[in-house]
Amino acid sequence: MAQITLIEAVTQALAYEMARDPSVVVLGEDVGVNGGVFRATQGLQEKFGELRVLDTPLDETTIAGVTVGMAAQGMKPVAEAQFEGFIYPMMEQIACHAARLRNRTRGRITVPAVWRAPWGGGIRAPEHHSEANEHLFTNIPGLRVVMPSSPARAYGLLLAAIRDPDPVMFFEPKRIYRQYKEEVPDDGEALPLDVCFVLRDGTDVTIVTWGAQVKEALEAADELAAEGISAEVIDVATLTPLDFDTIAESVQKTGRCVIVHEAPKTAGFGAEIAARVAEECLYELLAPVERVTGYDTHIPLFRLEMKYMPSTERVVEAAKRTLAVS
Amino acid sequence: MSIAAKFEIEYLQYLDAEGNQVRDDLPAFAKDLDHMVELYKLMMSTRVFDAKSVALQRTGKLGTYASCLGHEAAHVGIGSAMKPEDVFAPSYREYGAQLYRGVQPREVYMYWGGDERGNDYQKEPARHDFAWSVPIATQCLHAAGSALAFKIRNEKRVAVCTIGDGGSSKGDFYGAINITGAQNLPMVAVIVNNQWAISVPRKIQSGAPTLAQKGIAAGLFSIQVDGNDIIAVRKAMEDALDRARNGQGGSVLELVTYRLSDHTTADDARRYRGEQEVKDAWAKEPMKRLRAWLVAKNVWDDAKEEAWKAECDEWMDNEVNAYLETKTQPVTAMFDYTFAEVPADLAKQRDLALSLDKKAH
Repeated sequence: MAQITLIEAVTQALAYEMARDPSVVVLGEDVGVNGGVFRATQGLQEKFGELRVLDTPLDETTIAGVTVGMAAQGMKPVAEAQFEGFIYPMMEQIACHAARLRNRTRGRITVPAVWRAPWGGGIRAPEHHSEANEHLFTNIPGLRVVMPSSPARAYGLLLAAIRDPDPVMFFEPKRIYRQYKEEVPDDGEALPLDVCFVLRDGTDVTIVTWGAQVKEALEAADELAAEGISAEVIDVATLTPLDFDTIAESVQKTGRCVIVHEAPKTAGFGAEIAARVAEECLYELLAPVERVTGYDTHIPLFRLEMKYMPSTERVVEAAKRTLAVS
Repeated sequence: MSIAAKFEIEYLQYLDAEGNQVRDDLPAFAKDLDHMVELYKLMMSTRVFDAKSVALQRTGKLGTYASCLGHEAAHVGIGSAMKPEDVFAPSYREYGAQLYRGVQPREVYMYWGGDERGNDYQKEPARHDFAWSVPIATQCLHAAGSALAFKIRNEKRVAVCTIGDGGSSKGDFYGAINITGAQNLPMVAVIVNNQWAISVPRKIQSGAPTLAQKGIAAGLFSIQVDGNDIIAVRKAMEDALDRARNGQGGSVLELVTYRLSDHTTADDARRYRGEQEVKDAWAKEPMKRLRAWLVAKNVWDDAKEEAWKAECDEWMDNEVNAYLETKTQPVTAMFDYTFAEVPADLAKQRDLALSLDKKAH
């Protein structure tokens, strides 16, 4: 079996589901002949034709609104926002329509659509190409916000997102698009959208993260292990609706919690997790919750961007601080 | 000098403000006088319905309501031209079209009366239409998306959206007509130009002499129509729907009419427009001219008018009663339609709301 990267796993999932379900269509800018600027839709137009892999006019509002309309009339569109930083014009259609049509029509109209977007920084891209803004979507009721962190989870979660009867934001951490390869059987098996994944068992401290930062979290766990500290690493994967039980179970066991994310700190999704830990795990906590996040600044242009990102070192230090307390 | 492109915008009218026929080539549907009487009757029931809605609001039985007074020809013309299998994406005052497509007055009352079930249209073909869309012009893209779905599935159906003169300023409208032209989609965008976007007059929306010509830029057939003349509206709609259904592309129709009411019951139009303007607009309103034309053809008279009005009153009273008898939804309703299934995390909040509600009773 071939080993594939995260971006190839996205393509594999799209191709599988398009072959299985004729109502699945892909639309966006440059998704056709060019196969997407990151090649996520490589070869799909040749296989499924110009109508099912549709190059749209260059207008994000159009992509988002047409996606709502198609989904409402029985299609399963997978729309691409070329970069997370270009997603803002789509937000009215997503918040006012996609996420609330089921509710405001008492289930008469539904929007089983997926919005994919290459997310986050770290690839030396131009301005507006490196945003991490998942927290702007996690506060919208009726929306699922999903972020894979490995080729296998990209494949399984994207299949689940397309099959889900409700709208899903599928944010792809582009820094790890080609970070490594793994075997991903093309078996059409979806992963659950309602659970966090415990990637590494540990007993001393819980590191909670998602997306590209899973890389730093696992590296930090390795470094901590070398010093005799056992870190549990949780990939939240589906931010909303949140499976807090998995996080609570871990924090109640370890008594320590480090939350890692790339987005700015204030009102980032880490704030929600920290608040929940305070609500549900306070008496088991042995140390204050730590957050290792992007700063409350715009992500710098690329000469400084890696100094903005939560580093492995920062995660290790935060974990050690929680251990220093008791 | 070489010309890269040339265009002109036709203005379509059959009946003038007094009900005089200004051209002889009546379309086939207008020669069927029984049908014309049916259209007049629906325009009238729309007006009776609208007056009832305003009265309900004024007596505290409805929340804010957006009246359709003066739009009867435009809305009934749109609704009556569409086929059941077509899809309608309205804004929030196109009741004349929606009643034609099976929306029940009680559903309108429920929506403006604070109950989401008003958007759950029970009868076809309205059941597969879109719900009212308050964010301006966003529904235009839903129509374009529906039309794209029809094209992909090779279905002979057309999606119709309506917007106001103000709505035609928005990017969603341009985006919708743009992709309709680029992909040759079966979509008809109808600008119901009623001269006012709340307090902002038509001239502040655009420097273009017609709003119809915006469709030219998208490569669509574009026409301006007397929106108070139902024969003209219906004819322009039929032609646009035929072209779209036959793969000949989308259209932009500008129906020129006038909002005789306030924007909504929360608005007071006296703050921004003169009495004379409104008086002049009443002289051109859509019911009067069609009535004069039907009376001249000997198919309508005062007795019929009174009898139909009484029937409308009875229908609306029945609808109002059904609305007033509708019990408020349980508190859990706000949770139960957020997702297909209530997620475990949300179920905890649902339980909380339920327990608080029980305590309050």
